[in-house]
Amino acid sequence: MKSTLKLALGLASAMFASTAVSNVAHAEDLTLCWAAWDPANALVELSKDFTKETGIGMKFEFVPWTNYADRFLNELNSHGKLCDLIIGDSQWIGGAAENGHYVKLNDFFDKEKISMDDFVPATVVGYSEWPKNTPNYWALPAMGDVVGWTYRKDWFSRPELQKEFKEKYGWDLAAPTTFDQLKQIAEFFQKRQIDGKTVYGASIYTERGSEGITMGAMDVLYSYGFQYENPKKPYEMEGFVNSEKSVKGLEFYKALYDCCTPPGSSNAYMGEGVDAFKSGQVAMHMNFAFTWPGLQKDENVGGDKIGYFVNPKGPDGDQFAQLGGQGISVVSYSDKQESALKYIKWFANKDVQAKWWSLGGYSCLNSVVKDPKFPSSQPYAQAFLDSMAIVKDFWAEPSYAPLLQASQKRFHDYVVAGQGSAKDALDGLVKDWTQVFQDDGKM
Amino acid sequence: MLNRTADNVARATPEPLAKKIRGISDKGLAWLFISPTILLLLAINIFPLFWAIYLSFTNYRANRPNEVVKNLGLANYQRILGDHDIWIAMQTTAHFVFWTILLQTVIGFTLAWLIDRKFRGHAFWTTIILVPMMLSPAVVGNFWRFLYEPQIGLFSYVISFVTGIPPTNVQMLSSVELAPWAIIIVDTWMWTPYVMLICLAGLRSIPEYIYEAAEVDRASNWRQFWSITLPMALPFIMLAVLFRGIENFKMFDMVNLLTGGGPGSTTEVASITLKRQAFESWRTGYSSAFAIILFVAVFGLANIYVKALNKVKQR
Repeated sequence: MKSTLKLALGLASAMFASTAVSNVAHAEDLTLCWAAWDPANALVELSKDFTKETGIGMKFEFVPWTNYADRFLNELNSHGKLCDLIIGDSQWIGGAAENGHYVKLNDFFDKEKISMDDFVPATVVGYSEWPKNTPNYWALPAMGDVVGWTYRKDWFSRPELQKEFKEKYGWDLAAPTTFDQLKQIAEFFQKRQIDGKTVYGASIYTERGSEGITMGAMDVLYSYGFQYENPKKPYEMEGFVNSEKSVKGLEFYKALYDCCTPPGSSNAYMGEGVDAFKSGQVAMHMNFAFTWPGLQKDENVGGDKIGYFVNPKGPDGDQFAQLGGQGISVVSYSDKQESALKYIKWFANKDVQAKWWSLGGYSCLNSVVKDPKFPSSQPYAQAFLDSMAIVKDFWAEPSYAPLLQASQKRFHDYVVAGQGSAKDALDGLVKDWTQVFQDDGKM
Repeated sequence: MLNRTADNVARATPEPLAKKIRGISDKGLAWLFISPTILLLLAINIFPLFWAIYLSFTNYRANRPNEVVKNLGLANYQRILGDHDIWIAMQTTAHFVFWTILLQTVIGFTLAWLIDRKFRGHAFWTTIILVPMMLSPAVVGNFWRFLYEPQIGLFSYVISFVTGIPPTNVQMLSSVELAPWAIIIVDTWMWTPYVMLICLAGLRSIPEYIYEAAEVDRASNWRQFWSITLPMALPFIMLAVLFRGIENFKMFDMVNLLTGGGPGSTTEVASITLKRQAFESWRTGYSSAFAIILFVAVFGLANIYVKALNKVKQR
């Protein structure tokens, strides 16, 4: 009996000890917070190499895009310790830097000889710097992204459609290079019967709740001449945000929504766009480049059936695209900052970045994207490179949230609900944004 | 055996502690039992309310913990009451509350009246009618979104079948004119059974002998309905209206899931505006002031209504 008791006690102690040891090991695990999307799965795969090299385990907290900002900004604002590393949206950088949520990385970069010159300049400005265009770094560019377009190459190449299009519009049906051309193509395909199915012109961003319609409308407005402020006088918006060119741009976006989107597209963002394209509903599809690897692999619309093009030019030949993507930062409330910095150092490595691209992530490292083999490495690589060269981003101010909410409301009210005119919407936007900056004491 | 255990425990209790417990009065004991609940209520209800009142006079923003908090006096309240968008949101809320209550009361009472006839299988139909109420609003919101879908939604096809309008033209959630009604339809579908249940309780509480007396007096069915059924069920109907009114005034989940407040701001009810100001724009002080205004409005209206309800009951 005694020996049985001893054996039981011994086993219990061994189990307790093993649990304790495993807990010690888990205590070193890093938690990385990001959005729940395809690139996040690629990062899980990639990070296995980090664990192999360092013995540091990785845990992941992925939240769907619709709750991504709410969830993680709450976490940062409450000084939570959930995330050791965070891949935060580009617009958060100002608030995160000024409110002390992110660790400043300048000293670490100097020590580890990580140079921001090695990264695509637009991504450094967009994802890492605050204040913008100053050498103050709060993140390492992690996931390059930009709004671009996909189209149904198989439909575009049908001789009967090409013939009909040429007769109607006088130019060859091909990927558009201007927004006027884009609208003509969209009109051509709207409600057309293809293979016995009704198809539509284009899927564009119209989502109201988070940032959708702002990303979509801005993607067009930039090329029409929209500017956030007077380049010579910061925060002066009158005549820039609501310039005549901006008004034309917003009118174009509404016209595109009215004429050429599938029925029920009043609240569409990334997911709805992918669904519309994958289900063969639309001829063209506006979306962030991160969706392209998944679409390329799709059995029904991928492979030879899909083509990619850069955001078209505006009426004056200007060509810009809305920046997406994120940088990776160390959360200042984390107790494991040293390990988190080790991850950043590992992630900045050239070979890791090359593997990141091969797995479906978009590297921002020059050595990867400027490799002569890069443009031919994937069918969408050239479109991605060209798009990244023309990016512009939304305000990255600490007050980006109210600034974004104002544009969401103004754009949705006009574009989707048809209330007022484009001029009213942009005048209202100037008023709202002025109020935000006045509240911040910046005006 | 049990007594012996209790004695043992009593003996084992240290003397000073035992004295304290034995010496406690009934009132003290009552306080001892209810104090955890009171403390919990104070912590999660009363304290946040007072804290929100305090914040409503400041420029506090939850996403700027390091910023100096300034006292703004009544500025937040003035700004809200002068804000055109807030008044639009209040009008949208009023429109939603009015129509949902009207439809739910009329349909709910009619259903209760029919069920009260106790026809064959009435218990089965009562259960069937109650099903929507038992579902989660999140589930209801999501599946109605699919039902309303213009390309694949069943609702659009039914409308198309009845009217001949192509289903892709029936854009319930995208149309400025139809979107508010789309939400009203779903809320009515979900909550009419609740109103029906309360009305049914009211109808079943009317003593049978009153109808028998009316029969003796040769009162017609119509007369019985207006003179007996409706007046005696009225307090129950009013109670149902009160419950649904308060619920719908703060309606959030269904609107958020179905339209997110869109298209534009067409279905942006007050609670959606409040959420946007508080947790998307992070204007904590401003949104606290708005919450207090909504609280006072609901509290005030509910009080007036309860007084009216009491008067009806006393008749």
